[in-house]
Amino acid sequence: MARIHLDGIAHSYSPSPESDPDWALKALDQVWEHGGAYALLGPSGCGKTTLLNVISGLVTPTQGRVLFDETDVTGLATEQRNIAQVFQFPVIYDTMTVAENLAFPLRNRSVDEGTVKTRVAEVAELLDLSGDLNKRARRLTADAKQKISLGRGLVRSDVAAILFDEPLTVIDPHLKWQLRRKLKQIHERFKLTLVYVTHDQNEALTFADRVAVMQGGRILQVGTPQELFEAPVHRYVGFFIGSPGMNFLPCALDGGDAVVQGQRVPLGPDVLAAAAKRPAQAYELGVRPEFITLDGETGPRLDISVGKVEDLGNFKIVTASVGEHRLKIKAPEHQSVAPDIAAVRLRPDMVRLYADGELVG
Amino acid sequence: MDKWQDNRAWFMVLPVFAIVAISAIIPLMTVVNYSVQDIFGPGQRVFVGTEWFKEVLTNSRLHDAFIRQLIFSTLVLVIEIPLGVLVALALPKRGWGVPVSLVLLALPLLIPWNVIGTIWIIFTRPDIGLFGAAINGLGISFDHTANPLDAWVTVMLMEVWHWTPLVVLLAYAGLRAIPEAYFQAARIDGASAWATFRYIQLPKMRGVLTIAVLLRFMDSFLIYAEPFVLTGGGPGNATTFLSIHLVKMAVGQFDLGPAAAFSLIYFLIVLLFSWLFYQALQNVGTGDKGGGR
Repeated sequence: MARIHLDGIAHSYSPSPESDPDWALKALDQVWEHGGAYALLGPSGCGKTTLLNVISGLVTPTQGRVLFDETDVTGLATEQRNIAQVFQFPVIYDTMTVAENLAFPLRNRSVDEGTVKTRVAEVAELLDLSGDLNKRARRLTADAKQKISLGRGLVRSDVAAILFDEPLTVIDPHLKWQLRRKLKQIHERFKLTLVYVTHDQNEALTFADRVAVMQGGRILQVGTPQELFEAPVHRYVGFFIGSPGMNFLPCALDGGDAVVQGQRVPLGPDVLAAAAKRPAQAYELGVRPEFITLDGETGPRLDISVGKVEDLGNFKIVTASVGEHRLKIKAPEHQSVAPDIAAVRLRPDMVRLYADGELVG
Repeated sequence: MDKWQDNRAWFMVLPVFAIVAISAIIPLMTVVNYSVQDIFGPGQRVFVGTEWFKEVLTNSRLHDAFIRQLIFSTLVLVIEIPLGVLVALALPKRGWGVPVSLVLLALPLLIPWNVIGTIWIIFTRPDIGLFGAAINGLGISFDHTANPLDAWVTVMLMEVWHWTPLVVLLAYAGLRAIPEAYFQAARIDGASAWATFRYIQLPKMRGVLTIAVLLRFMDSFLIYAEPFVLTGGGPGNATTFLSIHLVKMAVGQFDLGPAAAFSLIYFLIVLLFSWLFYQALQNVGTGDKGGGR
């Protein structure tokens, strides 16, 4: 159990990094609290696996320190860090039984056989593997193999954190949900620090208490799923989280209003105050498709013309245009969308202003 | 696309059938033909049934050659497989060392087999050979043309030098194919280098090592050119392996009948051993027939 502190961590795979693209991880400071469930979310190549490997010790960062509680572990090898990791593809020891697989980390650490037996039985019970203990591990299904990988972390009583590197990639969709629930249960029961890397926002948002959205080697935002949804601090977060992503409408500021294609959307005083302090090249208005209504009576009004309507079964996605800009609207399933709708209303408290891609206010 | 029945499709198999017939079936049937007849000359032959088979199976010189062959192939496997795996484990994993060592290792495999024999004749000559002269200079008398043990040592050295690289290359390919995550997991699980080898590398090399064992067994059991050039089967019969004996029979003495009968037995022995090795290696450590932990 531990609190993980990444202190000024940066990493480059090139021996002599010069320019910005040489850095797989740009300098970052981050604290993962003890007992928290965190997700690192981002597209392929955003640096999330590098960051995970820095924590596990498989990669030594070019700069900065990794602290577990107050201990500096930057120079320590993986095996000395008391972490466990579950990989993208199930890693099991083919020639061993399930029980031998689970016992392996303990036997390597010369734990006495009595303790090994009880720990293995406990963990197998927890992961619903009790019936398979004497089977060869290689004969099990992919989800059972992933549970074994996880089990090899859980048997050790001294584990500081468990790291997950896209662990559900090879799991059948209907089992993903079960396995994720199992993880939740284990987290609630043991209060371990969990760090979970994924490119799937559903996985991240359902698993984690706090999600870190990464892009281009940077952590753009760390927040609860609600914070990421309602107030993305960066254009990219708004776009990446949510399906469809946030709408961004280029606008100009005039008086107390944002002007989109000649239409005025009033902004709150605190947003205006913040915008005044932050000069920018370009402003954009960000509104989630969920916070636009086709039949609302209140809130700022935008004239639109309806394009395509897609019915996804439990809701509809309307693609409309505001002048030359596109706008996606999420409408409830029961609502009929007339092609001649000419205006929508925005929820005033959910309209965000972005200056050069960053949230204002 | 619709499928339809047309038995004329069988004609498509004809070219392959013709090639296999010419390259394998007809020669094999010729051998079968020889093995059941006594041939005196063109047009003069007598059907003798299983007589040649009985003769070769009771021939004591053939028994000696067979035992020699078994010892040789066993030594080859016992030395080359572990040595090949050890060298593969020690090879660099990245950087300029990889192509350099792979090319160096592949060199013995590229040399024609009779040239290998010639190289080793010169290398081990007691008067001018680097190895032979050096070891005699140390006061150890060494002459592979006179002493049976020295002849065996020389043949084994040559064989190990010639063919261990093949095992190395196969084992190296097997090792490089293991995903990095396995090694990372082993480190996290606190596995020692030995445990990593025993539970990850060795099981993951099962496929390539099966190929290596089969190839090395078959090749060594059929070895001819190198000892023929190096020792000619001598001194005495000390290095007369099965194929050397066979060639003496067929070409030297022109005993085509017994030679043909023996060829068939030889073929069946190789087939049987290869099948046994294959079965054993497929099942070891999987829990299917015991084994493993």
